[in-house]
Amino acid sequence: MSLPPAAAEPPGGAVPTGDGNGGGVVGRVPARRGGRAMFRGEWVIEFLIRLCGWSSIICVAAIFYFIIQEAAPVLPTMDWGEFFGSVIWRPTSAVPRYGALALIVGNLAVAIVAMAMAVPLGLGAAVYISEFAGPRVRETMKIAIEVLAAVPSIVWGFIGLTIISPLLIRYAGAELGGNLLNGAVILALMSVPLIVSISEDALRAVPDSYREAAMALGANKWEMVRRVLFPAARNGLLAACMLGVGRAVGETMAVLLATGNVVQIPHSFVDPIKTLTATIAAEMGEATPGQPHYQVLFLIGILLLVITCAINVIADFIIKGAKAKANA
Amino acid sequence: MTPHIEFRNLSVFYGGKRALDRISLSVRRNTILGIVGPANSGKTTLLKTINRTIEFISGAKVEGDVFVDGEEVRAVESVYALRRRIGMVFPLPVGLPMSVYDNVAYAPRRMGIHGRAELDVIVEQCLRDSVLWDEVKDRLDLLGTRLSGGQQQRLTLARALSLSPEILCLDEFSIAIDPVTTMKIEEVLMRLRERMTIVLVTNLTQQARRMADHVAFINASELVEWGETGQMFSAPVREITGRYLNGEFG
Repeated sequence: MSLPPAAAEPPGGAVPTGDGNGGGVVGRVPARRGGRAMFRGEWVIEFLIRLCGWSSIICVAAIFYFIIQEAAPVLPTMDWGEFFGSVIWRPTSAVPRYGALALIVGNLAVAIVAMAMAVPLGLGAAVYISEFAGPRVRETMKIAIEVLAAVPSIVWGFIGLTIISPLLIRYAGAELGGNLLNGAVILALMSVPLIVSISEDALRAVPDSYREAAMALGANKWEMVRRVLFPAARNGLLAACMLGVGRAVGETMAVLLATGNVVQIPHSFVDPIKTLTATIAAEMGEATPGQPHYQVLFLIGILLLVITCAINVIADFIIKGAKAKANA
Repeated sequence: MTPHIEFRNLSVFYGGKRALDRISLSVRRNTILGIVGPANSGKTTLLKTINRTIEFISGAKVEGDVFVDGEEVRAVESVYALRRRIGMVFPLPVGLPMSVYDNVAYAPRRMGIHGRAELDVIVEQCLRDSVLWDEVKDRLDLLGTRLSGGQQQRLTLARALSLSPEILCLDEFSIAIDPVTTMKIEEVLMRLRERMTIVLVTNLTQQARRMADHVAFINASELVEWGETGQMFSAPVREITGRYLNGEFG
């Protein structure tokens, strides 16, 4: 950010001490005692820290490896045109059909609709908590949001099933309670706490001097938020939204209960759909390990992994692009 | 003639702590008032009462009155309009997270000026007044936060000037700027006095001596004395004033 550079550390140790303990001794670090043992101890610690850092990369690679390994046998015989182009998903019929298009569309649709609700709501709540609420309201809301974040996804599924379903049938003209909109509402409610808490942190991290500068120019609060806080906090806000998207795409239990699980491309917000995640969860128990159905489910797992990775990479590029522009 | 700014029995408290103690002081139109005093004596607080940014400090309580043009600042119709009449430059530079051009054009745009040509003129004039133009004229698209500290300080000044304020408050504007640039800005400010009233908080007594028509000495929340600059430096009434202005403490 724009803080003035901190006063430079005085260059330590490069000056002869000249304090009489052996003329010309250079350096502020006294000679190591117990030389070799100390050196070895340091090496071990350094190795462990390095391992911690690399473990994340190792884990990602391992996950990819094992999932691909499970799916591998089916890959050569896979009809890719059918997988990506057909909406017919009949994994257990005599002539199994593995058309995943409706699942992909359903998954993305529910995530997009969820984000269309969660991002404005989450950002708005974060702005309110960080800029408008008094200290007591702020603390209360933060606790409420933490509680909201701690609700297990299966409980959200129940809420979709028992509370939102009847509402959608009565007021939105849905034939079935489990549908795209129901899943999206649940996903939005699940993502909002995540988006709020991370956005709020990002907003609070903007130095008060920015607020003061904007207000001193006669800006009102909303203008200050829009023109100064949002640009200043944009990386954090973007990260918050991307985490929300990640959650919406990958969430399983709640959408399994709330979306109705009909394999079709939705034509309205209240059409039932089925997602990639729900398909794996629902069918993995029936599938026999080593059989094509089982392997195709793993293939869907790979697809999900690729989608979420792509979202993260894109977010990264957006952030880097913003930075590059700033540095130009 | 009504003074342009007048403090009448102004006290400010932070929590229970008194930050300013019954200050009464007035500033004539088109003059420069230098406010000097040791760190933490309440100088910045005094500035913040003029445009009411004091209200952002939680727990701050203001007693007494501040008049701008004869109008009590807490009685004004719109605090935003009040703030637009008062340019404010803080001690730490704040480049807002937008381009250099937009930093300066921000406030005029908000006032409804959108013509590119008109904005170009304002931006150039303000950047020239703040002695920044030559350094940034080829990169007005650069993000304001990417400028060096001293440049950002001058950008802050340019932004404050962008509204052609009638009052300009400067809070130790030169601490992040090199002496040569400081001198240039001082010259500009002396010229700007024809157009605006300037309140200059500084801990450089010589800066106050060079620029100010009047000097007020604040020490430990109290206004020790104030008067014409020459008088204050040559024959202060209080002994402590002389000692401070001669650099014996502070």
